Amino acid sequence: MSDYFRLDRIKPGERAVVRELKAEGGMRRRLMDIGLTANTGVECVGTSPMGDPAAYLIRGAVIALRSRDCADIMVEYSRGD
Amino acid sequence: MGIANSSAGIIEIGVNKNEGDFSVALAGNPNVGKSTVFNALTGMNQHTGNWPGKTVSCATGFFRGRERGYVMVDIPGTYSLMAHSAEEEVARNYLCFGEPDAVVVVCDATCLERNMNLVLQTLEVADNVIVCVNLMDEAARKGISVDLGLLSERLGVPVVGTQARKKKSLAPLVEALDRAPESRKPFKIKYSSAIEEAIAAVEPAVSRRAAGKINSRWLSLRLLDADEALKKEISDYLGADFFDMPELRLALVKAREILDKAGISDSGICDEVVSGLVSAAEDICRGAVKGSGEYCAADRRLDRLLTSRLTGYPVMILLLIFIFWLTVTGANYPSELLSGFLFGLQDKLYGLSASAGAPQWLCESLIMGVYRVLAWVVSVMLPPMAIFFPLFTLLEDSGYLPRIAYNLDKPFRLCDACGKQALTMCMGFGCNAAGIIGCRIIDSPRERLLAVLTNSLVPCNGRFPTMILIITIFFIGTAGGALSSVLAAAALTGVILLGVLMTFAATKLLSKTVLKGVASSFTLELPSYRRPQFAKTLVRSIFDRTLFVLGRAAAVAAPAGLVIWLAANVSVAGATLIEHISGFLDPFARLMGLDGVILMAFILGFPANEIVIPIILMAYSALGSLPELGSAADIGAVFAQNGWTRATALCVILFSLMHWPCSTTLITIKKETGSLKYAFLAAALPTAMGIIACIAVTEIARVTGFA
Repeated sequence: MSDYFRLDRIKPGERAVVRELKAEGGMRRRLMDIGLTANTGVECVGTSPMGDPAAYLIRGAVIALRSRDCADIMVEYSRGD
Repeated sequence: MGIANSSAGIIEIGVNKNEGDFSVALAGNPNVGKSTVFNALTGMNQHTGNWPGKTVSCATGFFRGRERGYVMVDIPGTYSLMAHSAEEEVARNYLCFGEPDAVVVVCDATCLERNMNLVLQTLEVADNVIVCVNLMDEAARKGISVDLGLLSERLGVPVVGTQARKKKSLAPLVEALDRAPESRKPFKIKYSSAIEEAIAAVEPAVSRRAAGKINSRWLSLRLLDADEALKKEISDYLGADFFDMPELRLALVKAREILDKAGISDSGICDEVVSGLVSAAEDICRGAVKGSGEYCAADRRLDRLLTSRLTGYPVMILLLIFIFWLTVTGANYPSELLSGFLFGLQDKLYGLSASAGAPQWLCESLIMGVYRVLAWVVSVMLPPMAIFFPLFTLLEDSGYLPRIAYNLDKPFRLCDACGKQALTMCMGFGCNAAGIIGCRIIDSPRERLLAVLTNSLVPCNGRFPTMILIITIFFIGTAGGALSSVLAAAALTGVILLGVLMTFAATKLLSKTVLKGVASSFTLELPSYRRPQFAKTLVRSIFDRTLFVLGRAAAVAAPAGLVIWLAANVSVAGATLIEHISGFLDPFARLMGLDGVILMAFILGFPANEIVIPIILMAYSALGSLPELGSAADIGAVFAQNGWTRATALCVILFSLMHWPCSTTLITIKKETGSLKYAFLAAALPTAMGIIACIAVTEIARVTGFA
């Protein structure tokens, strides 16, 4: 359980798998709409000039997320990577 | 004649819809090439209509198939029908309550599984659905193959593959529409047994009222997860007493008991529904879609250039300078040609109407007043717009604009706003009214208001020509040459950057005062870069934007020309009206480094900023009509005779950047916010900033002796 960490900890080029969504309400639905559900693979593809937000490859599309919003997305490194 | 769906007040279709024509909703996620499909099908038969109540511009178009005509409604892109933003609500409302005869859901073949979410939700509300898998060519390049037959079998509706950029590839879509009313059995999602049981408990009561109007299974499910905004739409659509039906209340209580027993809370329903959708999407795509959508290497390289720490901002600024340089240099020559032609025509017109026996005052007012102002606006406005709009559309099509929002999100967040405000700001370059409508993409109402109220701080196309002219005359020199046009473009970019800085300042100020709050969450899709289609872009942006904006400016300029001519020619107590007004304004205007004439021109330019410079020139020249557009040097000479210095020029530029928005923009703000108070604030804030900036510059110039 405690191996899970925030999505924004992964660096550009690293991959992880979503384990738990802690967001509530509107943000939770928004995240699920863009395809962030449990067991979805995510790759960080880069950061913006000021370091935040960062861009993540989620189910074939690249989505920008702020580090603060990533705090509610718990992930772990994908196995066999 | 338009048809209005009165029961839901959803949409007014601007194109003629005859008996037997089908209305077709064009739905899809953002960035899947939906507009390309729409444009390819409807060609020039388009109409941008207003949506009553929400005032959302939404394009409708007409095309003819083999069987019948189709009125196609291009609804806003959305990921889901569980709406978040105002724009998504519009899409949801049209699909659910607009009673379209058919729905086409456009999907991106390169990430079909994620697009399935919307397809499956659409299947829940509508029966006559056609899935259009677009960008098949791009998918093939990425090594993704899609089995359309298998998908169609699983979804129970027609699935066609297209490459919207090749118009021919859309033929199967039209064929599928022609076959549309044939019986089909769309795939329906099965949710967990508790939810299915709860739906079954509610559905009979719902179908009593909803039968034939809306899918009762879908409606039952929505009633379970209790979306407040949707409830309002439902009672508008089915009647205010819908929720008061005793049997429905009873059924909902029973459903709640079932869910409680299964341990599913209110928010739990939403989770169950979404995970039901996700697993259904996986099942449907399994085996039918092969190869996965990797983010391709070329896109990654471009992103590194356009969004990295080192190069992100410099590239943005260089691009801006380059675009303005093309606009400034490219517009010069056609502008002179046009004005030569139009003012040449004027003498002929005058001679013609005089020989036709029209009284002199009529000839004078119509030709020296109306025609001259029109000629001015056309020759000064048209060339820069005809260059700027296509360039801007190319940027839009290439996928760069979302990167601007990505790059600028952090500064906007520091102002407690949303990065998407950068997108609406960019739209404001074209036209502030368009930028304000664009603010609907921002989810949070507070952040949307911030974007609306600060939009006019970036100069629109109506103000560029003014700024370019003044910069050329006073800061670059009118000698010409390659270097001077680069300098002019750089100076204009400087003005724009100042506007952006002021946007940040005003946004921060508003978030600390009238619109208190902290930034909400932010998600933004960065679509793949696409090679823009140059020829099509040129044609589209000239017809859609340039002529539209020019037409509006001309419509305002014509009556304004008459008013100005009258004001310049009607004398009261020994002076013309213009002299009275400018004399009255003069003392205050001097404080701001302007003069009465300039301030009056800005006030009279309220309907359209394009006519500010013509009014100034007309008032300066005692002729009582607009002087012919000479070279920039001639205009400079007129300004100089009337006491303009570089400080005056700087103040005019600053005030042009920061003053009340034009009337169209203010009306749009009133409509979008539904409040006169905000429209007033949107005018007062930039005006106050402009006045302060001008007074500051004037004081500094006075103290330092800068002129």
